[in-house]
Amino acid sequence: MADAKHGPGMTRRALLKVGLAAGGGLALGVWLSADAETRPAASAATEVEPNAWIRLLADGRIELMLARSEMGQGVMTALPMLIAEELEVGLDQVEVVAAPVAPAYENALLGEQATGQSTSVRDGWLKLREAGAVARTLLIQAAASVWQVQVSECRAHRGSVHHSDGIRRLSYGALVEVAAGLEPDTRVALKSPESWQLIGTSPQRLDVPAKVLGRADFGLDIRLPGLRFATIYRCPVLGAWVQGWRDAAALEVPGVRDVFAVHSGIAVLADSTWAALEGREKLEVSCRPSGNRRLETPRIEARLQIGLKGRSAVARKHGNVSRALAKAAQEIEAVYQVGFQPHVCMEPMTCTAEVRADACVLHVPTQAQEAARALACQITGLEPERVRVHTTFVGGGYGRRLEQDFVADAVELSQAARCPVQLIWTREDDFRHDDFRPMTLHRLRGGVDDQGRVRAWFHRVVGPSVLARVAPERIRDGIDDAMVEGAADIPYAIPAARVEYRRADTPAPIGLWRGGGYTHNSFAVECFLDELAGLAGQDPIAMRRQLLAESPRQLKLLDHVEGRFAWGEEPPAGRARGLALVSAFGSHIAQVAEVSIQDASVRVHRVQCAVDCGSVVHPEIVRSQILSGIAFGLTAALKGEITFTDGQVDQLGFDTYPLLRFDEMPEVAVDILPSVAEPGGVSGLAVPGIGPAVANAVRVLTGQPIRALPIRLPPS
Amino acid sequence: MISLNLNGEPRELDLDPEMPLLWVLRDHFGLTGTKYGCGRSECGACTIHLDGEPVRACATTLAEAQGRSITTIEGLSPDGRHPLQLAWVLEQVPQCGYCQPGQIMMAAALLNKHPRPTDAQIDEAMSGVLCRCGTYEQIRRAILRAANPEVRNG
Repeated sequence: MADAKHGPGMTRRALLKVGLAAGGGLALGVWLSADAETRPAASAATEVEPNAWIRLLADGRIELMLARSEMGQGVMTALPMLIAEELEVGLDQVEVVAAPVAPAYENALLGEQATGQSTSVRDGWLKLREAGAVARTLLIQAAASVWQVQVSECRAHRGSVHHSDGIRRLSYGALVEVAAGLEPDTRVALKSPESWQLIGTSPQRLDVPAKVLGRADFGLDIRLPGLRFATIYRCPVLGAWVQGWRDAAALEVPGVRDVFAVHSGIAVLADSTWAALEGREKLEVSCRPSGNRRLETPRIEARLQIGLKGRSAVARKHGNVSRALAKAAQEIEAVYQVGFQPHVCMEPMTCTAEVRADACVLHVPTQAQEAARALACQITGLEPERVRVHTTFVGGGYGRRLEQDFVADAVELSQAARCPVQLIWTREDDFRHDDFRPMTLHRLRGGVDDQGRVRAWFHRVVGPSVLARVAPERIRDGIDDAMVEGAADIPYAIPAARVEYRRADTPAPIGLWRGGGYTHNSFAVECFLDELAGLAGQDPIAMRRQLLAESPRQLKLLDHVEGRFAWGEEPPAGRARGLALVSAFGSHIAQVAEVSIQDASVRVHRVQCAVDCGSVVHPEIVRSQILSGIAFGLTAALKGEITFTDGQVDQLGFDTYPLLRFDEMPEVAVDILPSVAEPGGVSGLAVPGIGPAVANAVRVLTGQPIRALPIRLPPS
Repeated sequence: MISLNLNGEPRELDLDPEMPLLWVLRDHFGLTGTKYGCGRSECGACTIHLDGEPVRACATTLAEAQGRSITTIEGLSPDGRHPLQLAWVLEQVPQCGYCQPGQIMMAAALLNKHPRPTDAQIDEAMSGVLCRCGTYEQIRRAILRAANPEVRNG
């Protein structure tokens, strides 16, 4: 295979910027833009503009910018690998630097500088390699001009350009000055997959050493001169506001500096986190009565129940489902319910802000830097260039840190206190004031013909709209994509299908969650398919196969499950196996869960996964993400959910919302199938399927369909 | 005044004796490797050693540490090359990494007590430290690797 020439699709312009590096010496920034308007100022600045992907310093240092948040999913390693591959440097030769907020760092799949929805590698796949290739080409050109030779006689390897004579060699650092005077060529060739040195390998993750030494700085680990610690009392009834408070006792706590009202409640500012927490305990606060007292789980369920009938918006429609159902040999209808789920990042929400008259600096574990900056600008009235966002390591994100509530708190606190402030949310705050994965109901109807083929499919998703708050412009014709993903885009070819969405808003705060809408829809779809298979007397794989004749990637996964995972063989006594197949984020996964029931609870012994996520940058990270998604999904499938009573969240700790424990983690096998397709996302990939895979196994064991998550066993 | 030994250094402190060690370490000493996860002994992210025994720093007061020795992740080994830390790197355990200091400190206490732990002993020791990223399998492999250095050659 020849080098993949980058074709007419390339619209980005490569720009160079030369300047003095922060630590002295010359620096060359390689910068790609889709938009010439955002070209950095042409004059040589005193310090090189930081919005470049690559900074080559004359002293030999190579800095690669990381524009996504490292929250465990491995972007700090996988994304620099893409640049390093084309730049011809080893990961051991580079320093990864957290990017500031700048247009160059927008995530094209999210439309802003943010990390989420399993998009990072997909977004970076082409542009990061292009950035590396442009720089490599330029450095080769520079060396050729120094040596007065043809570029074809030069090649780049491990941070130097080598001449074919085997003698002459110039390091990138030594070429910076010459390269800076050249015009970059944007019609560069990307390396062909056969010549990849890094992509497809599993080098050690760059974030691991600091994390095992306890030296990785998360949001709560930021320490600044003059830093004060703060926490906020918020009314426990969601949406209720403070009416009045007494702070005399709080102010007597040693170390407490001040107590004052902020937008979200009453803040206690102190010399230590503990003093702030102790001070908050001593506050006497009364809250205004709130209409949200009516926020109760049974009421929400009743509200969603109403939506099972009546008007709706159509998300997908082909064929005539009513007619197909009427002609079906057998049909069933089922209603599935999926509960509210919290994010529960191990590091609770936090932000450290330093607001001064002329500038604001945020140190924040965030998934959404651009939105954080915009909010800080709004609160402080400062211009964007006066607000810096420093992204720390993120102690878990899962969509929670796309929100800005904790950023708003910290900016307001620092502004009022006139000093740097670190805000801490306690675990209770974190549970109570989360934006939950919404509860949904699903009504499905399906019909099979006399040969057991699925001829009719109806799926109505009933639930509140997530996008209504986070991205209302994305709602079209009443369809919230985030609520119907995994329902409207199922890979199964059924002659007559209709997927509907009935928006049923509730007072419960909701947001994006790891795995997105797939996490509720895949449960309904994959369990209902197994119910249909049972009705038709078919094997779950055979049932799916006949619906996937035009879907080779999914078929390969099923082949793998049947062959390598020996689907047809009997599981050990007392155990059953369940399957789920999910296509999401440009990837595909088949999961087989081997389950037993012990002491009236579900025990998952083993999970086998066949994964097709296209081209793989770092197989071990993919594998880790699959394991991680399984643990995350099992917590939601087996361990608990969020409920509301009198307007308050009932679960405020790990006693009432337990996470999957060490001794409950199943043995997991992950087989990544080779693929040359574009990479797909993996962070959320394993979350949606694990619930239905387990539920389908439980159905085999009990003979009763499982129609709710978390799974509750039927009385025996 | 409270006297204690912190990571091998004698220390004297004039702080509220009721302050949990978690905040003494983090806010007073700037040893931020010990993490806050729940503040009520439910997650294990703040696990440290008190005279070699694993304790939850969020539920251990400064007064309780009087005259005793505290070891945190920062003091687990002089050079960051404790066998568990090396194994944690080789097995590429951490994902978000937030709970890992607590995991490593709990595992180190386990190996102090049972240098060759069985799977059941590992389960018992480690099931009290929560990881939202689900790195449990990698943790088990790293503990086994550190405990059985002769088993692997690589």
